[in-house]
Amino acid sequence: MSSQMLTISSSPHVNGEQTTQNIMFGVIIALLPALMVAVIFFGIGAIKVTVAAVATCVLFEYLIQKYMMKSTVAITDGSAALSGLLLAFNLPSNFPIWMVVAGSLVTIGIAKMSFGGLGKNPFNPALVGRVFLLVSFPVHMTNWPVPKWLDFSFADSATGATALSVLKEGLANGQSVGEMQKLMELPSHISLFLGQVGGSLGEVSAVALLLGGIYLLYKEIITWHIPVSFLASVVVISGAFWLFDSQQYADPIFHIVSGGIMLGAIFMATDMVTSPMTPKGQIIFGIGCGLLTVIIRMYGGYPEGVSFAILIMNACVPLIDKMVPAKRFGVK
Amino acid sequence: MKTKTFTMGGIHPADNKLSADKPIEELEIPIEVQIPIAQHIGAPAKPVVKKGDKVKVGTLIAEAGGFISANIHSSVSGTVGIAKEIVGTSGYLEKVISIKVEGDEWEESIIKSDELKKEITLSPDEIQAKVKEAGIVGLGGATFPSHVKFAIPEGCKAEMVLINGVECEPYLTADHRLMLEKGEEILVGTSIAMKALGVDKGVIGIEENKPDAIKHLTKLAENYSGILIQPLKVQYPQGGEKQLIKSITGKEVTAGALPIHYGLAVFNVGTIFAVYEAVQKNKPLIDRIVTVTGKNVSKPSNYKVRIGTPLKELIEKAGGVPENTAKIVSGGPMMGKALTSTEIPATKGTSGVLLFSEKDTKRADETACIRCGKCSTVCCLGLQPFLFAALVRKRNWEKLEEAHVMDCLECGSCSYTCPANLPLVDLIKLGKIEIKKLREARKK
Ligand code: SF4
Ligand code: SF4
Repeated sequence: MSSQMLTISSSPHVNGEQTTQNIMFGVIIALLPALMVAVIFFGIGAIKVTVAAVATCVLFEYLIQKYMMKSTVAITDGSAALSGLLLAFNLPSNFPIWMVVAGSLVTIGIAKMSFGGLGKNPFNPALVGRVFLLVSFPVHMTNWPVPKWLDFSFADSATGATALSVLKEGLANGQSVGEMQKLMELPSHISLFLGQVGGSLGEVSAVALLLGGIYLLYKEIITWHIPVSFLASVVVISGAFWLFDSQQYADPIFHIVSGGIMLGAIFMATDMVTSPMTPKGQIIFGIGCGLLTVIIRMYGGYPEGVSFAILIMNACVPLIDKMVPAKRFGVK
Repeated sequence: MKTKTFTMGGIHPADNKLSADKPIEELEIPIEVQIPIAQHIGAPAKPVVKKGDKVKVGTLIAEAGGFISANIHSSVSGTVGIAKEIVGTSGYLEKVISIKVEGDEWEESIIKSDELKKEITLSPDEIQAKVKEAGIVGLGGATFPSHVKFAIPEGCKAEMVLINGVECEPYLTADHRLMLEKGEEILVGTSIAMKALGVDKGVIGIEENKPDAIKHLTKLAENYSGILIQPLKVQYPQGGEKQLIKSITGKEVTAGALPIHYGLAVFNVGTIFAVYEAVQKNKPLIDRIVTVTGKNVSKPSNYKVRIGTPLKELIEKAGGVPENTAKIVSGGPMMGKALTSTEIPATKGTSGVLLFSEKDTKRADETACIRCGKCSTVCCLGLQPFLFAALVRKRNWEKLEEAHVMDCLECGSCSYTCPANLPLVDLIKLGKIEIKKLREARKK
């Protein structure tokens, strides 16, 4: 055998299974249960928004890589498709398609590619897209269709408010949490958990999202640090308020099963690119996200605070990474 | 006994110990051997024979070129050829002494019989001298001259001898076979090391994927005072000196420090077997066990090989180079070296020859670093490989040095794990070369 035929390269000569591509598609798979719930409850609208967001995110990434950056086209790594899916999960199912496209453009064009593409963006692209839409089209972004079982009619479905905005408005009008619960204005914990509530596509079913989270842990795509510290800090902080005054503040379980916390804690805050590297840093990050979420929910102008909380913590990542670097072996 | 392991980092690559149940076979002596004069860390040895000299098995052919260096002996009997240079395991030209084989005549001082000799008659100083004379180096792959470990530096005191029976590299089974077949000798060798260092405690660490070796040695160790067998949870790179020390004793050897600063001396099981042979049988290091394996190799095997035998002889014996071979590696898959040819001779550091197909060893295309932090999580030294990669690509050598790249033991866990397939170890090695240059320049 002649030497020309042998590959010469540095060790190691064997490699692990995980690749960028199968991480991205792994997350997409983990999101499928929640997508199914969305389709069951919101019908055709959910499918339209999802397809539009995913397709346009991938398209924008392709166009930008090919014609603006003139670099290799890497849409097959799955990251653009994932950003699209996450963006869709943050939108109501009756969201106008042209607005979805605008959201995709911001997600990919501004939040991701303008920083240099995959791995270089400081902020979670899908959340930047969502916040852009929330600020630009507040009416459309806060008008949620009421879920119905398997409604595939094209007629506009009835719309309503999310549990969190009912809570916020009720409290502002002087109602107490107990009154709202008695009048059935607030959905029960169990329907929040299963998903029979108004809300954006992906955040309606806590149980479906949890299922996805377990899959991600099993596949070693994420570690427990961010989701657990995020959820735990929400429970602890909202719990403290609730113990202090249970008529002014909702209970901690209501907090973690309503709104975007599950989606945020399991899928958005865990985005590798925009979260700290070390387990310790990740815990600090998770606690920060939880704290900010509760504070914004209670005192902010918006009923929901998850997106802002995560984006603010994204900005802190370089600092956290600097503050808590990996512990070196043998160094006290 | 309760199993132990190290706590920081670590990975679990597929075991692939295909030759674990293949007894050690003696390989035929080739017609010619090529013995490199630099088979160890430290100064190359200085040849003491010239063309035309007659040598026997065990004749000194090159003597240690300094304290950190090692003697080299002829592994065959025959006539010395002209001095030449060939491309060696390192990929660079290496000076070799070639010897044409004639018969198999051994130096009279060597006891050839396999009979177990338990009684240790030599004094500590004599043991150290014997180990030095025999040219023994670390056979686990590091090839650090062993006699140096017996010379305890001023102010240090040895407390325990650790024997490395971990063999954490996938595919390799040479140490495993040796523990099964030469268990008594390894225990006597351990006692010799304990005597030489004046300690009464020896621990042999073995990973749980070798239950037969653990059982066998535990049973034998009942008859040896002060020697314990410590089962270890499987985790790469537990065979690394610092990791083994952490696993067994819980101590963390800091960067720049030596095990002896913590009262410890670590030897590989192959090395300790060589110590046994040197001290009890007067036999210099002229052969070693080499695993020849690969998923497509027809007869994965463990051979006892004379140093200097061309690797193609081993490969031939194991069934030849498989059709689809894309890479041949000397050593283990995690830290071994890719070879340029099969003419390269086996040396003291050759623990295995791996024949890989394209599929076994393919690296997927690189994507951008996705900041997942996994490279750092798996690093047993808590380093930040992603940072090394970025700094090397920016050619920022000062920052790279400050980031402690020189501590890296090149275990390969980071590259193995990186989902973006960054060539982390390649870049680290490159960076280290540049820093060494920088340090040289600073001295001037
Ligand atoms: S090769 Fe170096 S940096 Fe990479 S894991 Fe091993 S010790 Fe850490
Ligand atoms: S493992 Fe690879 S992708 Fe992940 S942080 Fe390290 S270099 Fe980047």
